[in-house]
Amino acid sequence: MRENSENLEEAVSIRAADKVFNPDSDNEVQALLGINLDIKEGDFISLIGPSGCGKSTLLRLIADLLVPTAGQVKVFGKTANQARLDQDYGMVFQHSGLFDWRDVSANIELPLELKGWSKADRQARSREMLELVRLEEFKDHYPRQLSGGMQQRVSIARALSFEPRLLLMDEPFGALDEMTREHMQVELLRIWRETGTTVVFVTHSIPEAAFLSSKVVVLSPRPGRIHSEITVDLGDRTDQTRQDPKFFQATTEVREALRAVEAG
Amino acid sequence: MTKRKALRTAFTVIVTLVLFVLLWEGYKWMGQQTEDHWPGTQFGLPVSTDDLTMPHASDIFNELTDEIRAGRETLPMTVYLAKKAAFTFLEAAIGFSLGVIVGLLLAIFMLRWRFAERGFLPWINVSQTVPLIALAPIVVTWARLQGYPDMVGISLIATYLTFFPVAVSGLRGLQSPDSSDVELMRSYAASWSSTLIKLRLPAARPFLFPAFKLAATLSVVGSIVGEISIGTKTGLGRAILDFAQRYAVWPERLYSSVIAASLLGLFVFGLVNAAEWLVIKRGREVLK
Repeated sequence: MRENSENLEEAVSIRAADKVFNPDSDNEVQALLGINLDIKEGDFISLIGPSGCGKSTLLRLIADLLVPTAGQVKVFGKTANQARLDQDYGMVFQHSGLFDWRDVSANIELPLELKGWSKADRQARSREMLELVRLEEFKDHYPRQLSGGMQQRVSIARALSFEPRLLLMDEPFGALDEMTREHMQVELLRIWRETGTTVVFVTHSIPEAAFLSSKVVVLSPRPGRIHSEITVDLGDRTDQTRQDPKFFQATTEVREALRAVEAG
Repeated sequence: MTKRKALRTAFTVIVTLVLFVLLWEGYKWMGQQTEDHWPGTQFGLPVSTDDLTMPHASDIFNELTDEIRAGRETLPMTVYLAKKAAFTFLEAAIGFSLGVIVGLLLAIFMLRWRFAERGFLPWINVSQTVPLIALAPIVVTWARLQGYPDMVGISLIATYLTFFPVAVSGLRGLQSPDSSDVELMRSYAASWSSTLIKLRLPAARPFLFPAFKLAATLSVVGSIVGEISIGTKTGLGRAILDFAQRYAVWPERLYSSVIAASLLGLFVFGLVNAAEWLVIKRGREVLK
């Protein structure tokens, strides 16, 4: 299905988007300039680039956490604002952002609570989600009792609990150690396959972007612009894929694009 | 685990008390030997050690179990003081509750409107520089002119002291969540009030409870100062006032009332501690 994605609906469509912070002041920053980007439903897109390239800003434009200074951002054919109000996306941050005072289930149920779901429905869904991220036996634990990787899994479960069609991830594995990180990547791909959710994933790790994505979008800094888009097709990925020459080739391609960015 | 901690705390309290009594009696004994001079010098001691200035610890303790005539009845001193303290506690509790409500409302108000923070915060700080002794008669006079009992005025004085730490720490606590937590709530299209209830207020609890502890002890201080400055008929402030007037005859009594006042302060502090444990810590300690 995913291979002939050109027939599928557009998940995100960005046209000529600019973002200026603190306009008309001494610390005016042109964060993004002339961004055009299309993301098909079911895609797994990574945004990669040196720090200051505006990759997190771009993610926040899609999420309607920031408003573009110029241009247009559409999510599932609606304005980004409408998509946020309809809760068409779930979001995962670098720091899991779980609430200390809620146990794992209560954290997963938070968005459902805000939507006014009944207690029974919430509990049923949080059980399903815990199963999806394989943390069933930790439902009564508090975030501080979990490892960083487990916390991020809860965070993913929370983001997917209301079954959004789009998952926005801002360096979600950035704070994890290398082994946990690779394990989480495989887990995320499994979840992506099982749920069919479209993913936009911000990272600054070259192998991570190459391993996960169907398309890697490379950004250049000051002002943030799209430098190139690299299509990756590694098929079904497992930990073995990391030794695959195709994986090596993909990382090389992303690395070369980033070097070109650095060289200006 | 917690039982052992409680035992250790109790042990520390007792040891500290014993050390304090030893220091008190030791100093007194030394002063008696040297006629209130530092041993071997001509320098006088800062506090003289006669029985009027520093009664024996045992005399103060005996005073607590002694009887006192109050009106037509005769009561043990402990019961007498406990009755007075109960009245003061009631005033303090009302003052504390009002102070918490006012403080929280102010904090939420300042959170919602930045201009309110800029406009209010300086005044909130200034409010605490007004001497309580000067303010107390004014507040009580207002209350009396409205026909309210003195207790109302006194509770308002306690409120005046308690709202401050709650407002200031409360605002900091409400502003404490990370920007990503606030973004998360925004991503759920959560309203301002849902964000307040589900995120900001729970996140503020570690800031609020220390403020509540301070506010609780301040509410006792405020009530006693209020009682003393207007001369109420009852309360610990009344007892302190009476005993202070007869200090020359019966110094142990003033000391015993001071002990009662600090015990009341400890008691309200303990109440807030217990509430904190129920609200915050109990959940975290569940390990499976």
